[in-house]
Amino acid sequence: MEDWRHGGFGLYLHWPFCQSKCPYCDFNSHVAGQIDQKRWLAAYLAEIERSAQETTGRTLDTVFFGGGTPSLMQPEIVAEIISAIRRSWRMTNDPEITLEANPGSIEAGRFKAYRQAGVSRVSMGMQAMNDADLRRLGRLHTADEARHAFDIARSNFERVSFDLIYARQGQTLSDWEIELEQALSLAVDHLSLYQLTIEPGTAFGDRFARGRLRDLPDEDLAADMYLMTQEVCGAAGFPSYEISNHAREGSESRHNLIYWRGGDYLGIGPGAHGRLTIDGIRWAREAPRAPGKWLDLVERGIAGEDPRANLSPEEHAEEYLLMSLRLSEGLDIPRLANLLGKELPVSTFYSLAESNLAMVHQGKLRATQNGRLLLNEVIRQVAQLVL
Amino acid sequence: MTQLDLIRNFSIVAHIDHGKSTLADRLIQMTGTVAERDMKAQLLDSMDIERERGITIKANTVRIEYPAKDGRTYILNLIDTPGHVDFAYEVSRSMRAVEGSLLVVDASQGVEAQTLANVYQALDAGHEIVPVLNKIDLPAAEPERVKQQIEDVIGLDASDAVPISAKSGLGIPDVLEAIVTRLPPPKGDREAPLKAMLVDSWYDAYLGVVVMIRVMDGVIRKGDRVRMMQTNAVYGIDKLAVLKPQMVDIEELGPGEIGIFTASIKQVRDTRVGDTITHERKGCDQPLPGFKPAQPVVFCGLFPVDAADFEPLRDAIEKLSLNDASFSSEMETSAALGFGFRCGFLGLLHLEVIRDRLEREYDLDLITTAPSVVFKLHMKDGEIRDLHNPADMPDLTYVDHIDEPRIKATIMVPDDYLGDILKLCQDRRGIQLDLSYAGSRAMVVYDLPLAEVVFDFYDRLKSVTKGYASFDYQISEYREDHLVKMSILVNDEPVDALSMMVHRDRAESRGRAMVEKLKELIPRHMFKIPIQAAIGSRVIARETLSAMRKDVTAKCYGGDASRKRKLLDKQKAGKKRMRQFGKVEIPQEAFISALKMDG
Ligand SMILES: Nc1nc2c(ncn2[C@@H]2O[C@H](COP(=O)(O)OP(=O)(O)O)[C@@H](O)[C@H]2O)c(=O)[nH]1
Ligand SMILES: C[S@@+](CC[C@H](N)C(=O)[O-])C[C@H]1O[C@@H](n2cnc3c(N)ncnc32)[C@H](O)[C@@H]1O
Ligand code: SF4
Ligand SMILES: [Mg+2]
Repeated sequence: MEDWRHGGFGLYLHWPFCQSKCPYCDFNSHVAGQIDQKRWLAAYLAEIERSAQETTGRTLDTVFFGGGTPSLMQPEIVAEIISAIRRSWRMTNDPEITLEANPGSIEAGRFKAYRQAGVSRVSMGMQAMNDADLRRLGRLHTADEARHAFDIARSNFERVSFDLIYARQGQTLSDWEIELEQALSLAVDHLSLYQLTIEPGTAFGDRFARGRLRDLPDEDLAADMYLMTQEVCGAAGFPSYEISNHAREGSESRHNLIYWRGGDYLGIGPGAHGRLTIDGIRWAREAPRAPGKWLDLVERGIAGEDPRANLSPEEHAEEYLLMSLRLSEGLDIPRLANLLGKELPVSTFYSLAESNLAMVHQGKLRATQNGRLLLNEVIRQVAQLVL
Repeated sequence: MTQLDLIRNFSIVAHIDHGKSTLADRLIQMTGTVAERDMKAQLLDSMDIERERGITIKANTVRIEYPAKDGRTYILNLIDTPGHVDFAYEVSRSMRAVEGSLLVVDASQGVEAQTLANVYQALDAGHEIVPVLNKIDLPAAEPERVKQQIEDVIGLDASDAVPISAKSGLGIPDVLEAIVTRLPPPKGDREAPLKAMLVDSWYDAYLGVVVMIRVMDGVIRKGDRVRMMQTNAVYGIDKLAVLKPQMVDIEELGPGEIGIFTASIKQVRDTRVGDTITHERKGCDQPLPGFKPAQPVVFCGLFPVDAADFEPLRDAIEKLSLNDASFSSEMETSAALGFGFRCGFLGLLHLEVIRDRLEREYDLDLITTAPSVVFKLHMKDGEIRDLHNPADMPDLTYVDHIDEPRIKATIMVPDDYLGDILKLCQDRRGIQLDLSYAGSRAMVVYDLPLAEVVFDFYDRLKSVTKGYASFDYQISEYREDHLVKMSILVNDEPVDALSMMVHRDRAESRGRAMVEKLKELIPRHMFKIPIQAAIGSRVIARETLSAMRKDVTAKCYGGDASRKRKLLDKQKAGKKRMRQFGKVEIPQEAFISALKMDG
């Protein structure tokens, strides 16, 4: 069996526009005045058709509308894209079709239409649950508006997730604990809880470099916040299945699991990445990031000529290990051994167990609680041991 | 040949920035020595670094023809001397080649520490001195007050001081006249055997080693065979020239004249500044009194950041030392930094200049270890050893006592800042020798350990006085003090490149500062790391760097796989920029910053 089949097959579609740029965000998101959604629709449809020709015979498990802010897409556009996808591939019985939404009032009015268009799951960027912090994060919505949007979302969708960013400026352990309890009382089946990352090239990145981003939690407080988060969520029935993702059992994001489990995925839209195994070769692709450039290439019918790189077995193995170690279920040792074409006896990983970073359990290598906090080191050590 | 009474040889002494180079340029320009279009500002400062920093490092010379008011044309030889203390030895030897000096004082600033140091050297050399008040175009210029100051502080008659603006050219003709009328002509006997002083030598890419001489007696001609009296080496003169400032060939040089020759000499090191040059046959019997060669006083290690650059560094150091006999180097290995060189310099500026040139001209990335002075170890068996590198400190049980170099420092400062200066000197183990006033400026003289000055004294001095203090020093003597070697241990392993000699009473504070700084600089590891400062086996300061607790990426989706993989590959390569100490990896930057010693 080809390795990707362990992970599945999904489609990611990138909508690169937002109403405003958040100061912490380094996603490929842009603020644009006039967006001709019809024109974008045509481009997405063209790319769907082209991708489908390369993957005939495959069954699609999931679709993810990510951004940017895909909830700025008109529902009719989303509907046309989803029906084109359904025409182009066979789909599993209950495909997961997620759309990322911002919790503003415009979005709230559209949830029903998205549902009708075929979206089955919504992931909402709540970010914080009080107005002062939302303002500091540069968000346009208030906490009340977000809650209201969320209520509408949950009345329309069975599966609703939301994102929070913690380890914010001035946040204490108990501030976060109180906020987390509130979040859990709202949560339906899934939660993403990210520690604030200062990304270079963002407004926060610049401010941080100039020493102007004060009162960020230090490493020790951030570690304590993470551990507390694990504990509180676990007790509430939302254990983490990935470093920053929590779900009730069976409600994990199937689309994101494809990434972490090393499946294949198509990336459609500006800057979208894809991984596709064709005749035993794994191809890595990245579409041009600039929205205008992407649109132009697609309209001229030459987007298919983007450079693609084929991953060496080592590179493939590297990606698999750095993604799969993020999961609570861990890295599948026989799979890794197979990718590398060599034996990986359990003894390979003794040193990790000794330093309490990772354990082997039924053929899987799993980061320990300590190891999850130090996952970059675990990844470095595993890479060193197996490559 | 020029008649003796038509020659004037002189130098210009001044505190840095008082306008020495500008004046030299004006003199050259006004006498038409250099065509207007060839005039680059500051003609005599030829090295890039000199031009950039506006300082003169090597002595330069120029021959000027000046038709004076008396109707006769004079030959004026100007030797432009370095102004900085590090190069004081060059000043003193250049001064021995001339008979007079122009003392340039910025009329808006007044007498400064280097003015004093340099003018005393000129007086020691027996010079006639003409005071020149520069920058009188500035509104802040106070020529009368500065005249008074010259009389009070230096004890020179300043009533005939020449007021000028080197910038605008005002007063320059008066300076030229003063040179002719107030400075003495050289003495010498044309018929006597050749006796010439080796004033300087340098390496020229086209000509090889160039030797600058001042003829005292006799005549030197192209083709002559000459002997260097100290080295006893014999050479044939290939080229004889004067500097205008570009080389112009000349048939002969007679008494009182200054010029250069080349003679297929291989290395600058084969020439001794101060040596006496005479003819191979019928030479003179008595050499001129020689000069003490300049001794390096500050040492530091220079290591390539990238170990692969060791060979290029060796070549670069060799090339530079060809042209700079006062810079010494010796191979050194450090557990921390790998292969490199222990280098000796005349002072911190010299160190910086050399390091800059290595990095710039040879495109090298270097790590500089803490500068150290030369300590004299008096061993119990009576032997006296020079200690250039704290890492080489022998076991204390063999050492009877340690002497360190002391300096006599002269500091001039507006009296508002006097208190800060006294405190600074006191903190650096200084002993006050003198304190006097000239107007609103105070002059303090301190006996200080050189070791306390090489770190950051000059920077501190500038910052506590907002740049208003001036400073000069001379090495005075070696003296015993309670000195100890402080080692730094990271995870219980000594890091040789960080060890230093300190005074016992200051060891704790130095040690504490160092371990605190290192705690910030060394990244957390998977285990906790003790960082200690120790004297022998006694720990005097300690910090613990706690184990890393968190290093995990919060978000990682399909679009991040490539980036994360590349990061992982880069980390594998990035190990090169870390130095491994037992289990601890210390980034190069940590050495550089820890050794900067800014507090
Ligand atoms: N206003 C004014 N500036 C001058 C005069 N002479 C020199 N300078 C400036 O003072 C600075 C230092 O001059 P420089 O000749 O390099 O001084 P050196 O360090 O003694 O060689 C330069 O910026 C010159 O332009 C002058 O007569 N008037
Ligand atoms: C693609 S973003 C956007 C979704 C949507 N546009 C929004 O902002 O609500 C996905 C999530 O990543 C998280 N995120 C973005 N930048 C982050 C950062 N610098 N640190 C931590 N989390 C971040 C936010 O929680 C965000 O909701
Ligand atoms: S966080 Fe979301 S809304 Fe903000 S700029 Fe990024 S993608 Fe857009
Ligand atoms: Mg100068």
